[in-house]
Amino acid sequence: MSMFRNFSKEILWVLGAFLAIVFVGLFVDHPWPKDFLTSLFAFGLLAMSLNLLIGFAGMVSFGHAAYFAMGGYCFGLLLQSTSFTGSLGPYSVPLAIILAVFGTGVYAAAVGAICARLNEIYFAFLTLAFQMFLYSVILSWVDLTGGDQGLMGGIPRPLFLGIDLSQALDRYVFCAGLFCLCILFLRIIDKSAFGQSLRMIRDNQERAEFLGVRTYRIKVICFTIAGMIASVGGIILALFTSGAYPEWAFWAQSGEAIFMIMLGGSTVFVGPILGAVLLRLINDVVQMYTSHNELVTGIVILLVVLGLRRGILDFVIDKIKDRREAKFLADLEAKKEDQ
Amino acid sequence: MLEINGLVKKFGGVTATNDVSMSFAEGSLSAVIGPNGAGKTTLFNQITGHLLPDQGEILLNGENLVGLKPREIVAKGLGRAFQVASIFPTFSVLDALMSSVSAHEMKSEKLFQPFDNKVVRERAEQLLAVLGLESVGHVASSKISHGDQKVLDIGLALALKPRVLLLDEPTAGMGPDERWQMVRTVQRLWEDNNLTLIFIEHDMDIVFEIAQHIHVLRYGALIASGNADEIRTNEEVIEAYLGRELEEDA
Repeated sequence: MSMFRNFSKEILWVLGAFLAIVFVGLFVDHPWPKDFLTSLFAFGLLAMSLNLLIGFAGMVSFGHAAYFAMGGYCFGLLLQSTSFTGSLGPYSVPLAIILAVFGTGVYAAAVGAICARLNEIYFAFLTLAFQMFLYSVILSWVDLTGGDQGLMGGIPRPLFLGIDLSQALDRYVFCAGLFCLCILFLRIIDKSAFGQSLRMIRDNQERAEFLGVRTYRIKVICFTIAGMIASVGGIILALFTSGAYPEWAFWAQSGEAIFMIMLGGSTVFVGPILGAVLLRLINDVVQMYTSHNELVTGIVILLVVLGLRRGILDFVIDKIKDRREAKFLADLEAKKEDQ
Repeated sequence: MLEINGLVKKFGGVTATNDVSMSFAEGSLSAVIGPNGAGKTTLFNQITGHLLPDQGEILLNGENLVGLKPREIVAKGLGRAFQVASIFPTFSVLDALMSSVSAHEMKSEKLFQPFDNKVVRERAEQLLAVLGLESVGHVASSKISHGDQKVLDIGLALALKPRVLLLDEPTAGMGPDERWQMVRTVQRLWEDNNLTLIFIEHDMDIVFEIAQHIHVLRYGALIASGNADEIRTNEEVIEAYLGRELEEDA
């Protein structure tokens, strides 16, 4: 398989990260790191997939949490259906995941096909409109979704392949596996020719078109993939909380993902994860002292945005690049003088 | 090679292209000139598929390009550089060329193939040398000089191995020294790549120096075609456009 050879470095990195995460689960007895990391897997995937749109393709979506929520709801609803779990037995969890991801993918492709015709603010607001549409559906279709109460009564998780998702450790390792697979997929896109096409579109869509790149098609594919990966985040959160809640589809959830990207950085691959870590940490720590956690988060974001004018990792990378370029140009000057 | 027959384009009451017919022989170096607003860029935009003509046909080796999308026309071997350098600001110069090579190799939709591979990198490095941009290969495109950006813009088009290359004012906004350097670069690229090259230019010295064939537009209509001597002595051209300059020369 040439794919494995081409991306062996990426595969090894992600495998290493997965083992480290599992290690934490096995040898740290306290539940906090596991809980913290599991919620990080969920929100990290939301932010990372949104950055595929924002940082890679320059498509600022305000409605990305819709696919996150849709993944969680589809997954939960399938497993709550007794005919689904009854007929599929041990296959019901993996099948529910696949169906939830691809179901969300179909929806994201349809929304993307409409939204990708627009650019900038028009694109942003149309994606937001689609998200609020989904939010209203979830709230008003009480019989199916439980309305503002969310999916109640827990999500059954039948045993499969010896994995018992009602056990904390099994669930943690399983979610870590899902997370790492998605991160690997995103990293492969980052390094692929397709990923470069996304950056071309971000930098200069018209020129990309003139170089023979099918920009519309690529944007729709990107939107679909981002939606599918966000849905995996939603599935992880549904597994973790054993439910699904309408707040996941609210615009503030999309806003939080954008904050994570702004905080961590959009031009560096792991930027959104750093943002997710920071935002979750601030949230957890501040909540121990006061309920005004949003105020503190707001102040931190304000400081980063006004102080650095970009995400933390963007800032670091820019500094390194500037230094390298300055050195390179100085060398060039020196060479010219020698001649 | 490239032939334009009876092309018409109207914007409301303004006729930007008025029944223009011209042809460009394979391997030729031609200039399209004319006063501001003569419809030169509009003509280019129709050839490259950016604007749809109201009437007429544009034939590349006998095949009509009218109605095709820009990217379909590009795929037929017609490349273009822009009046204002159209580049990828955050890409390094080498990355930008690699992107264009990769797009030419039909890789732009490949999810599981690495962008950075030997074939693409080697060809991009060759281009870098051909363009004389080696020294700034790793500098961000937004940070190189204006002249280098124009050369890079041409390089992006060249990466697609075009048979016909359209350059919209390659020397726009340059100082005299930089200008002639650019002209020599363009001439060299034309000779080395067996291109059919068509350029828009305002500087008459440059046009008369390098163009084998000159087409003169005025108010959207073609008023003269010929070599430098024919255009220099053409009454209509002198009256329309070159009058003062030539009288000064005399």
